[in-house]
Amino acid sequence: MLAILRRLAHRPGAVEKVSTRMIDSGEPVPYMERTRHYYRALGYAKDYVWARHDEVPFARLAKPLSQCRLALITTAMPDGHSGKRQLWSGTVDPPPARLHTDNLAWDKESTHTDDRGSFLPIEAAAALAREGFIASLAPRFHGVPTDYSQRSTTEEVAPRLLQRLRDDGADGAILCPL
Amino acid sequence: MSLVARYLEANGLPTVIIGSALDIVEHCGVPRFLFTDFPLGNPAGHPWDRAMQEKIVRQAVGLLESAPGPRATVKAPFGWKASDPGWRARYGRVDPAERERLLALGAERRRRMAELKAAEKS
Repeated sequence: MLAILRRLAHRPGAVEKVSTRMIDSGEPVPYMERTRHYYRALGYAKDYVWARHDEVPFARLAKPLSQCRLALITTAMPDGHSGKRQLWSGTVDPPPARLHTDNLAWDKESTHTDDRGSFLPIEAAAALAREGFIASLAPRFHGVPTDYSQRSTTEEVAPRLLQRLRDDGADGAILCPL
Repeated sequence: MSLVARYLEANGLPTVIIGSALDIVEHCGVPRFLFTDFPLGNPAGHPWDRAMQEKIVRQAVGLLESAPGPRATVKAPFGWKASDPGWRARYGRVDPAERERLLALGAERRRRMAELKAAEKS
């Protein structure tokens, strides 16, 4: 969900006709379109342009799931966080009761984030480990900032995250962006 | 997060994303994606529904092993609450009647961002 900004010519502040009476077709929400319209209405002169890649990397698990240690990754920040977002890590045992999500763009009118398990499912993943579906859950989960540039993410945040995952012996990762 | 998944995968670590923004994730291009068609904020399942959350995580973890190749998207077999059929139309809506309020909100937001940037430089 990272974006880089690109200049596009249009009238700042123009409100496009995206009606609240829109018929629900059951189709997935067009978030890119909604976001463009919303930020134009806020008076931004530039549209977000989301990252796009033709080639997609792919790695296979080196062993069966039942022998794998998996790590959880979130976009939330520690409870009580303020200021600049940055890479951080927390323990899964004990798990945090709450995390800071106010500064993220989730649907604050339709739902809430009072149940941390609804966006960072530590208990659900731990249950899979207890029954042997996976070998174990990595001892730490990690929080990554999403409001940085693409360059910052791939050159600064992601390499440090990879190192932490390797330090914890993770064989794979479950990423749960809000 | 999609860029993080791509980086980890390119360095040999398999990943699966559980998320609700189908268009954004697929636009970026990721190795494995379990799409949960919920309002943004609860990708892993309805709040307080631990049984659903466990099924979703199980399906995502299974995708780590079963995905035949990159851009493997699977949709979880759950919908949002039947009591709230209007959620899809609600997010990020722009009501023309709110033009002035939204412009003021944007101006305030730009002011705060400028302050943050100035604070980081000092």
